[in-house]
Amino acid sequence: MTKQVQELDHVIIRFAGDSGDGMQLTGDRFTQETAIFGNDLSTLPNFPAEIRAPAGTLPGVSSFQLHFADHDILTPGDAPDVLVAMNPAALAANLKDLPRGADLIVNTDEFTKRNLSKAGYDANPLDDDSIAQAYSLHPVPLTSLTVKALEDIDITRKDAERAKNMFALGLLSWLYGRPAEGTLAFLEAKFGKKPEVYKANVTAFQAGWSYGETTEDFSVRYEVKAASLARGKYRNITGNTALSYGLIAASKLSKLPLFLGSYPITPASDVLHELAKHKRFGVRTFQAEDEIAAVGSALGAAFGGSLAVTTTSGPGMVLKAETVGLAVSVELPLIVCDIQRAGPSTGMPTKTEQADLLMALFGRNGESPVPVVAAASPSDCFHAAIEAARIAVTYRTPVVLLSDGYLANGSEPWRIPEISSLPDLSAEFAFTTSPNPADNGGGFQPFRRDPATLARPWAIPGTPGLEHRIGGIEKADGAGSISYDPVNHDLMVRTRQAKIDGIAASIPDLEVDDPDGDARVLVLGWGSTYGSIGAAARRVRRAGHPVAQAHLRHLNPFPANLGDVLRRYDKILVPEINLGQLALLLRGKFLVDVISYNRVRGLPFRAAELAEAIEEVITHA
Amino acid sequence: MPNTDIPNGSSRLRSLTLVPHESGLATRDFKSDQEVRWCPGCGDYAILAAFQSFLPSLEVPRENIVVVSGIGCSSRLPYYVNSYGMHSIHGRAPAIASGLAASRRDLSVWVITGDGDALSIGGNHLIHALRRNVNIKILLFNNRIYGLTKGQYSPTSERGKVTKSTPFGSLDEPFNPVSLALGAGASFVARSVDSDRKHLQSVLRAAADHEGAAFIEVFQNCPIFNDDAFAGVKQPSAPGLIRLSHGSPIRFGPEESMGLTLGAYGALEAVPASSVPSSSLVTHDETLEDPSYAFALSRLDNGDFSHTPIGVFRSVERPSYDSLMASQISEAQAASSHTDGDGDVDALAALIAGNDTWEVA
Ligand code: SF4
Repeated sequence: MTKQVQELDHVIIRFAGDSGDGMQLTGDRFTQETAIFGNDLSTLPNFPAEIRAPAGTLPGVSSFQLHFADHDILTPGDAPDVLVAMNPAALAANLKDLPRGADLIVNTDEFTKRNLSKAGYDANPLDDDSIAQAYSLHPVPLTSLTVKALEDIDITRKDAERAKNMFALGLLSWLYGRPAEGTLAFLEAKFGKKPEVYKANVTAFQAGWSYGETTEDFSVRYEVKAASLARGKYRNITGNTALSYGLIAASKLSKLPLFLGSYPITPASDVLHELAKHKRFGVRTFQAEDEIAAVGSALGAAFGGSLAVTTTSGPGMVLKAETVGLAVSVELPLIVCDIQRAGPSTGMPTKTEQADLLMALFGRNGESPVPVVAAASPSDCFHAAIEAARIAVTYRTPVVLLSDGYLANGSEPWRIPEISSLPDLSAEFAFTTSPNPADNGGGFQPFRRDPATLARPWAIPGTPGLEHRIGGIEKADGAGSISYDPVNHDLMVRTRQAKIDGIAASIPDLEVDDPDGDARVLVLGWGSTYGSIGAAARRVRRAGHPVAQAHLRHLNPFPANLGDVLRRYDKILVPEINLGQLALLLRGKFLVDVISYNRVRGLPFRAAELAEAIEEVITHA
Repeated sequence: MPNTDIPNGSSRLRSLTLVPHESGLATRDFKSDQEVRWCPGCGDYAILAAFQSFLPSLEVPRENIVVVSGIGCSSRLPYYVNSYGMHSIHGRAPAIASGLAASRRDLSVWVITGDGDALSIGGNHLIHALRRNVNIKILLFNNRIYGLTKGQYSPTSERGKVTKSTPFGSLDEPFNPVSLALGAGASFVARSVDSDRKHLQSVLRAAADHEGAAFIEVFQNCPIFNDDAFAGVKQPSAPGLIRLSHGSPIRFGPEESMGLTLGAYGALEAVPASSVPSSSLVTHDETLEDPSYAFALSRLDNGDFSHTPIGVFRSVERPSYDSLMASQISEAQAASSHTDGDGDVDALAALIAGNDTWEVA
């Protein structure tokens, strides 16, 4: 039967089910199909911190939201157009986000009395007309259809039931005309060694596809044309993968061996996992006994001439603070990646937040300035990592690289850069006591600085004639020997600060996006809010209101023109997923009365709410 | 970057096979220009002198020697040795040294620490460095007191110790550092005494000849806050001092009249050597895979120095962490299809592209 095809410019789908239902895998596969198809996309995985929360309960619900379009998009979308609910708990947890008229596909087999009561329902909500009236409801007995399709395959009933996520994927792939080859190849790679399980998954996928094709329930198929993205070769990438690749690239670009000292922590562990795979690039990964040893081992490797990295999240940052302070004092390159999560304390490990900014800047004893770089999108983690490495190596300093849970696990298409387009990070070790031989009389001075960058020489063990001792005790300017001299301390405190401030000379000016050039309101953000702010600004402009947008990659030091930019606008709105940390810095540094917009829910901003907040400021400007 | 791939020397100590060779160095080459600033009479002077005069025998250029320390009186030592050095933060030296040694196998890396540094604030790093068996040599100066903070009891102070922080006597049981290191699975564990330079240097040499992590407890006198803490074993003729020597029967006491026998549950007992047949006297074997015997030896010392072994308790062969890490990397590189090895731009391009790409024309 031929079905009607309806063209859409964008769709937001949310797959929701129990943690054991394979929703993340389903979402990932749909994303890959969509990427290959050529849509622009953005994803938001959302899962519980518990590995196996009790099955069928609300805390056990795991979801994956995907926004794809025929044009370039910036966020995973505010509200889904389609919700796939694999059980009552998934329905209960997600229904509130579903706008009226949206498609709702439910697995009716799981709506048993027991499951309903686990989800807090007294009666089956599907029997109630209100859902059928509010939404375009598609009740599908997913589990039993899957089991029936797999009758002839020699697997247990449980394994057959497990394949229901592939049935759902097949159905949705049919509904949106996704190419299936990638998923079939993926299943072969994953289950090729277990022929029956492989066959079951493929059969379930095909059964889902055919179900869409044959059943009356789905009378319309949708088409979302490929987006016209810039020419080039693309892939889909998550923030943690991009960050890992950025570090490997930085190692190659600097010709320094990569050393990662790390302790497992959500949501940073995937960087450790990823880098551990790439030993052929000479990557050394050291899973330390704790966060302190993780950064300590990295600092030791930095002393030895490695491009040294430690990865963690907020609770780990707290523990690393003392060693980062030592790195500030001994002036060695070190990249400290903080994949932020909701805090304080353990907080909500799998949920995103931007509340470690002030800790990154100030969370150490003494005057201890550290450059801070933030990634703006999943693929931008690649470039942010390279930039962090550039600063660390050039200025011999620890650098904090801020990502967050949303960037870490979210994904987007990425135009793969040419290696030749990446910056040269060549690091120079010191080989002689002084670059000027005439000036060599007094021996090696480990704290004599390059006049341009104020960086000290990086003299690594094994270099004859440059033997020296460094440590956390204050050092005499130049010679580097222990010094308690008051004037020297004042000089060293100011010099370390001046070195970090001077990095501003090496970073590009802040660019403002103001298409018509007549905006009086500026929205200024940093980090992972880039997409939401951009999407909100588009909405506001579409509504006829001019608004300017700028986004900070460098949080310390700020770009040199930031003060000028701020003074150009009547009102400045600073949206942050914290209680106003950047706003505090801007007010303190520039005496500008910025307006904070804050939501700290463990989720990215919704474009709609941000647009509303911007409109509000414009109205009163 | 200096050449990190040095071929084996001919008769090198085993932990130094990848470290460059240089003979003809003298003690003075390892003295830095810094004025040594411990209290007069501090045991640290003797240990520093023994260390500096031992280093030339390693036949390693001084630029390939790195001394890493934590915080405390002993941790000032790197400033006085003319090599590369890092005076780091409290308790963290084993972690920092592990990262350095794991990434630079051409270095001889030494950790200087104390009882507070290694056993209190840095206890976790110590046990993990030992279990991991990174090629670092850890010297723990045990003076059984906090010196730098002016005299609080330490994790090796005897229970009931009256100090500024424990005016009514300390309540906690002390660690026995040798037992702790053995419990952590250390492959090399030894003990020596600050005042016995010859013995200390022989232990240092054995540590350098060991591939992997070596742990040496050095009894160190702090004349200011805990004078004569080790008086019971300071005299070479001290009756309780048991000098361990691999392959030799254990004899000690006046005219070597005492020996050890194996008692109940594997414990060792001191007995007059003449009271038992010589075949039942214990002969020291530091190479036993099972650490029970070495542990029993360490438990002979019950705080009153009536039986205190010094020397090498345990020295067993185990591949070092850094060598295992290096072979994983070289195997991965050998298996890589990109033959230019890790410098290959194509390999990097292939990595970041992955397998699921599409072209937009
Ligand atoms: S306080 Fe004790 S250990 Fe410290 S330097 Fe003085 S004598 Fe030596």
